Amino acid sequence: MDIFGISSQALFGQLLLGLVNGSFYAILSLGLAVIFGLLNIINFSHGTLYMFGAFVALLGLNHLGMNYWVALVVAPAVVGLLGVVIERSMLKRLYQLDHLYGLLLTFGLVLIGEGIFRYFFGVSGASYAVPESLRGGVDLGFMFMPLYRGWVVAAALVVCFVTWWVIERTPLGATLRAATEKPLLVQALGINVPVLVTTTFGAGVALAAFAGVLAAPIVQVSPGMGANLIIVVFAVVVIGGMGSIAGSIVTGLGLGLIEGLTKLVYPAGSAVVIFVVMIIVLLFRPAGLFGKQA
Amino acid sequence: MSGAFETRTEMLRITDLHAFYGESHVLHGIDLRVKEGELVTLLGRNGSGRSTTLKSVMGLVGRRTGSVMFDGREVTTLAPHRITRLGIGYCPEERGIFSGLTTEENLMLPPEVKGGGMSIEEIYAVFPNLYERRTSPGTRLSGGEQQMLAMARILRTGARLLLLDEITEGLAPVIVKKLGEVIRLLKSRGYTIVLVEQNFRFAAPLADRHFVLEHGRIVATVQKDELAAKTEMLHELLGV
Repeated sequence: MDIFGISSQALFGQLLLGLVNGSFYAILSLGLAVIFGLLNIINFSHGTLYMFGAFVALLGLNHLGMNYWVALVVAPAVVGLLGVVIERSMLKRLYQLDHLYGLLLTFGLVLIGEGIFRYFFGVSGASYAVPESLRGGVDLGFMFMPLYRGWVVAAALVVCFVTWWVIERTPLGATLRAATEKPLLVQALGINVPVLVTTTFGAGVALAAFAGVLAAPIVQVSPGMGANLIIVVFAVVVIGGMGSIAGSIVTGLGLGLIEGLTKLVYPAGSAVVIFVVMIIVLLFRPAGLFGKQA
Repeated sequence: MSGAFETRTEMLRITDLHAFYGESHVLHGIDLRVKEGELVTLLGRNGSGRSTTLKSVMGLVGRRTGSVMFDGREVTTLAPHRITRLGIGYCPEERGIFSGLTTEENLMLPPEVKGGGMSIEEIYAVFPNLYERRTSPGTRLSGGEQQMLAMARILRTGARLLLLDEITEGLAPVIVKKLGEVIRLLKSRGYTIVLVEQNFRFAAPLADRHFVLEHGRIVATVQKDELAAKTEMLHELLGV
């Protein structure tokens, strides 16, 4: 079956790939947006912690026989804990300073983190096998869908939805939203905001690590995998704006789709299309598509 | 009656409190005692240090020296959320309603710090407007409704000492009257209240004692039964 001269397999195959990429953009930009909202820190190290999550899965498999499904829980837990340590020992001291210091510190963490991993693992990637139960694919009629890719999109949608629901529909989320607006007043109302902040940072980077484990069977697990992704994710965050959680998710998935479609019609442009969108959005809606107008 | 007064617990004891905003020395040795069940007001012109005094009790001010004791416990060493959890409810001057939360979420935000707080049903009975607007974003409420909300949410927590900063500011007379009724109700239930008020006519009939601040110091204390005698002095000090 052909649509606009493109075979339906190619079209839907590419759209699925776009959704897969969009899933990673959504999960990572979600974590970034939540961290920025509450901590006022632009977490440059988000990509590095995503890479760290993938490595926990890889090393866990090779040295501890830890399977994929266990890694999906352990990697976020380990990275979440690391995030708590980073926040308590370092980030906490920067809150009263200009945003720039948080950016510089997290950038420093990127250099240290990726440097250490490059030292031990080299520059090239190691492969991580798709888990047994998710190998192969299913014929949907209009396309053949590899099971693993379908799983990634489904898992990402669930995780994003749960995160959205916790933030927008639960008392804990209400506390988080309030602390994002007026942290000192929330303290004066009896809530331990410092602990909330630490936990939120841990949760945000745990999300990145979860994405890392999801990514491991798809991309080469290499020290540079985060760096490749984080620049695009920043563009996604700029486009979506920091205003809404749902906005980050929709923007991430949407841009993944746009990127996928661009690969079909003008492959050379697919690397830059997201940045082109970013420039257009900045010209007409600088606060982002879903951002709060200043 | 005065015998019973003397044996009541001292809820708040402020001794030689100095406060600083950066280099600025804002409070110069405040001494203040409030007994359980009393309602006292902090009067004075803008900039006299009334709000700063409340903020200093809550630990929201940059630097303080001196002592603040709540119910016999020193609180100057505690973080703000721990101070609140001892049983204090703080209603800030700017009201502090969160725009990202609905009215009900705003109401339910502060945790219960003691038993005996007003139940949700009681609160909605005293403030029916808040029930009607419970799903609206908090900042879509009128100024008066936001003030009710700011008070209602601390009444839920079970706090027994209420620090209320300029609750009548900018509100219509009918709302101010309603707030007066609420304060009277709270007083009758034995709450201890410290009221920072610009509106002397609102504060006068409610309070057991008035403290007048000027340049970060208490310059006059007026008991309820001295009001008539000291009216002129008060008018001079407050520029009323």
